[in-house]
Amino acid sequence: MEQTIAQNGMLVVLYVIASVLFILSLGGLSNPESSRRGNWFGIIGMAIAVGVTFFHPQVTAQSYGVLLAMIVLGGAIGSIVAARIAMTAMPQLVAGFHSFVGLAAVLVGINSYMDSAGLMGAERVIHEMEVFLGVFIGAVTFTGSIVAFGKLQGLIRSKPLLLPGRHLLNIGMSLVSVYCGYRFFGVQDIMTQGLPALLAMTVIAFILGVHLVMSIGGADMPVVVSMLNSYSGWAAAATGFLLANDLLIITGALVGSSGAILSYIMCTAMNRSLLSVIFGGFGAEEGKAAPAGAQPAGEVVATTVDEVSNMLKEARQVIVVPGYGMAVARAQHPVKEISDKLRARDVKVRFAIHPVAGRLPGHMNVLLAEANVPYDIVMEMDEINPDFPETDVVLVIGANDIVNPGALEDPSSPIYGMPVLETWKAKTTIVLKRSMAAGYAGVDNPLFYKDNTRMLFGDAKKSVDAILAQLQ
Amino acid sequence: MKIGIPAEIIEGERRVAVAPETVAGLKKLGIDFLVESNAGAGADFSDADYKAAGAEVTPDTRAVWATTDVVLKVRPPALNAKLEAHEVDLLKEGGALICFVYPARNKELMDRFAARKLTVLAMDMVPRISRAQKMDALSSMANIAGYRAMVEAAHIFGRFFTGQITAAGRTQPAKVMVIGAGVAGLAAVGAAKGMGAIVRAFDTRPDVKDQVKSMGAEFLEVSIKEDGTGAGGYSKTMSPEFIKAEMALFLKQAKEVDIIITTALVPGTKAPTLLTKEHVEAMKPGSLIVDMAAEQGGNCELTKPGTISDHHGVKIVGYTDLASRLPNQASKLYGANLAHLLKHMEAQKGWKINMEDEIVRGSLIAHAGQITYPPPKPKTVIKPMAATPAPAAQATPTAKKCPCGRNAILSLLAAAALTAIGLYAPAAFMAHFTVFVLAIFIGYMVVWNVTPALHTPLMSVTNAISGIIVIGAMLQISGGFDRWTTWAAAFAVLLASINIFGGFLVTRRMLAMFRK
Repeated sequence: MEQTIAQNGMLVVLYVIASVLFILSLGGLSNPESSRRGNWFGIIGMAIAVGVTFFHPQVTAQSYGVLLAMIVLGGAIGSIVAARIAMTAMPQLVAGFHSFVGLAAVLVGINSYMDSAGLMGAERVIHEMEVFLGVFIGAVTFTGSIVAFGKLQGLIRSKPLLLPGRHLLNIGMSLVSVYCGYRFFGVQDIMTQGLPALLAMTVIAFILGVHLVMSIGGADMPVVVSMLNSYSGWAAAATGFLLANDLLIITGALVGSSGAILSYIMCTAMNRSLLSVIFGGFGAEEGKAAPAGAQPAGEVVATTVDEVSNMLKEARQVIVVPGYGMAVARAQHPVKEISDKLRARDVKVRFAIHPVAGRLPGHMNVLLAEANVPYDIVMEMDEINPDFPETDVVLVIGANDIVNPGALEDPSSPIYGMPVLETWKAKTTIVLKRSMAAGYAGVDNPLFYKDNTRMLFGDAKKSVDAILAQLQ
Repeated sequence: MKIGIPAEIIEGERRVAVAPETVAGLKKLGIDFLVESNAGAGADFSDADYKAAGAEVTPDTRAVWATTDVVLKVRPPALNAKLEAHEVDLLKEGGALICFVYPARNKELMDRFAARKLTVLAMDMVPRISRAQKMDALSSMANIAGYRAMVEAAHIFGRFFTGQITAAGRTQPAKVMVIGAGVAGLAAVGAAKGMGAIVRAFDTRPDVKDQVKSMGAEFLEVSIKEDGTGAGGYSKTMSPEFIKAEMALFLKQAKEVDIIITTALVPGTKAPTLLTKEHVEAMKPGSLIVDMAAEQGGNCELTKPGTISDHHGVKIVGYTDLASRLPNQASKLYGANLAHLLKHMEAQKGWKINMEDEIVRGSLIAHAGQITYPPPKPKTVIKPMAATPAPAAQATPTAKKCPCGRNAILSLLAAAALTAIGLYAPAAFMAHFTVFVLAIFIGYMVVWNVTPALHTPLMSVTNAISGIIVIGAMLQISGGFDRWTTWAAAFAVLLASINIFGGFLVTRRMLAMFRK
């Protein structure tokens, strides 16, 4: 450990510069203009950090070949994936990337333990704890992210898997991990006593990661992905501790708190506690109670493409509320063209984004940006909620729970208390929907039964295309 | 289906149940009309207008009543002096009638309905639920009456409403107080603001404060906090302390304002007395009061219903026909309310009395020889009321208790962990720990500043920089290639590199799309 502090001063200075650049790169994201520069800060910081490490006393020249080969290969894979990935598939990509960090943390942690023979006393205990924690977090992140990837990609059913006694199972696995820790700390022989305990814990943590994410439903994915983002940061920070490297610690802490804040924002937006999301099982348990709640009164009034396009033509203010359904139907491009047509007629068109719309924080913003919707007409929920009463027409495309008035009005609703977009306050709300099926939360939506709501049934893409044709 | 529109017989009533434009609309659905000649004269609708809209016009009053399926009227049926017959008796037995009835006040009329086995829907009984808003004739009439009350006030008032600076000198703006900010009160506020007066409004329901303010008026409040929100959007009777404070407020205002409009009604009882003789005498000569509750006994104890009276130079307007004084507008809106109700009952398919329907059941006061007033309490209203307190009561304590307890436990745990670290950890660890904690706080500050629109790029860029773990792997790669740890490290470098390149590039791709 001591040699790190006595390290070449230049190395430390450059690591500090890299840390500052990383902070600036996150800071740049405060608005879209500065964000592009921020990304460059991040790239430069990373280039400095990696470049400098080549000259670290622990890195010998004989390993340069393998090192460069790995970086070039990894870089090539990363670049191809980044260039090819569809924007709708961002959640999977992010989840996949988390798993890499997790696995890397596991590998580095185990490696570091193998090299720790020289340490004694408190230093050794601390190092063992760092290894243990780093590997544990890394392992949970790894398998958890893989399952999240599978669910988002549609390889695994997105419905929560609810094993009987799943909480006991989680507790049991945690206890076994602690027991492994008991067998792991302070042992004499690394290879015969320490390593088996460490590997046993790793396997259990792998299973725990799978089980945790398997029990979480599809629409909770924004929270899960942010949580895993946070875990991957903590895993990197733990690795930093065990390698006594401040750059890793700083970066890990930045990523960790970023993910934690995103998870918190998502949970607030769904009025759920973090614990209830982590331990899963939402859609199944409380969903059953839903039909017993107040049945919305009134009738569902269907409308036609003609009527909708006429309403849009006569409107002065229009708000579009996109949901995950729009992403699935890939309808964002025609929606953008509709907004162009209306804006050309001097209709004020804006987009309203609920924090949990989509499967990733900010996912809808990216999809709209991809369709060239100017970001200054894309509004956040808190910005736009006061404007609904003055709005003539609201187009709800493939969204359900995020526009459910029951969340504010009906205490018996399972999503009661969740902040929602108050579209029903507008003069007319048009809901584009495939059928009358309930949303993810399994809750009936009283919005559909309101007097000023019209339903346009059918595939979102087809309906939107038809409306666009009428506006030509 | 054929609908009859008789002329109104009450003296001074100038409205008619349905305007020609509404007739034309319903005619398209296949509904026929028989209109008494000159029925629309008071509201400036000629017989020719009705004919043009597709109605039949006849001078025969009896025919209008007796040969149609449903008769639409404004005022409750009364004795027709010309024919020497009560209007109820003009209807065929088992016939149908829709008009204002006020069943609570008109017991004798109800018995007549039952005796003739009539089906009667009272427009004043349409439930005040959002679904029935388009049929709510009380609101549309109150809106008109509120406007007209202010116009009457302006007519009598001896000064400008708006303040002006003229060559001859400055004029003071009129000060108006509106008591009761319901539909009528808000309409009065709007009209007074439109004419340039300074407007204040008072209401016992705190909810309406925003509505009053949005119209540019000042909202008057008493210091006592009490919510006067009652059932069906009306206000309830207040406690004696509140009324005392309210009276004191009115007295203070009476000395200042030029015009007072009162609109306070409590359903089922006489209108509350809000202005006493003392209040009136406190007002300046030339001031005036328009008492919109005159028909229900008046909010001012000196009001004489139907006329204008004068007390110490203060004029008190007690007109009971304010809506009728805007006959054209009132007939159009009332007719539209009726048309919505008819459509709701599917009159084009021959009229359906659906007892399960909340709106129909609420309005239906007599049917097939039975008096069906008052309607049973609607189910949908009871349900949320009964449901509300129970879950709320259960939810609140748990929701409140949990975070406190949890926070305390978390704080204790954090304190214990910090103590342990402080006591046992070596110096080198403490240095890193300091960096770690500070970095978390920097991250916290920086990330809260990230605009929500860029949360996805935030995730992908953090993906990229968490690839920094590559450094750890790089440091472990030099152990010689005969050891498996070296290969594990090499694999970790590969994974982290994918992250770094993929993360930064996809972020760049995304950010490039964000354009103004």
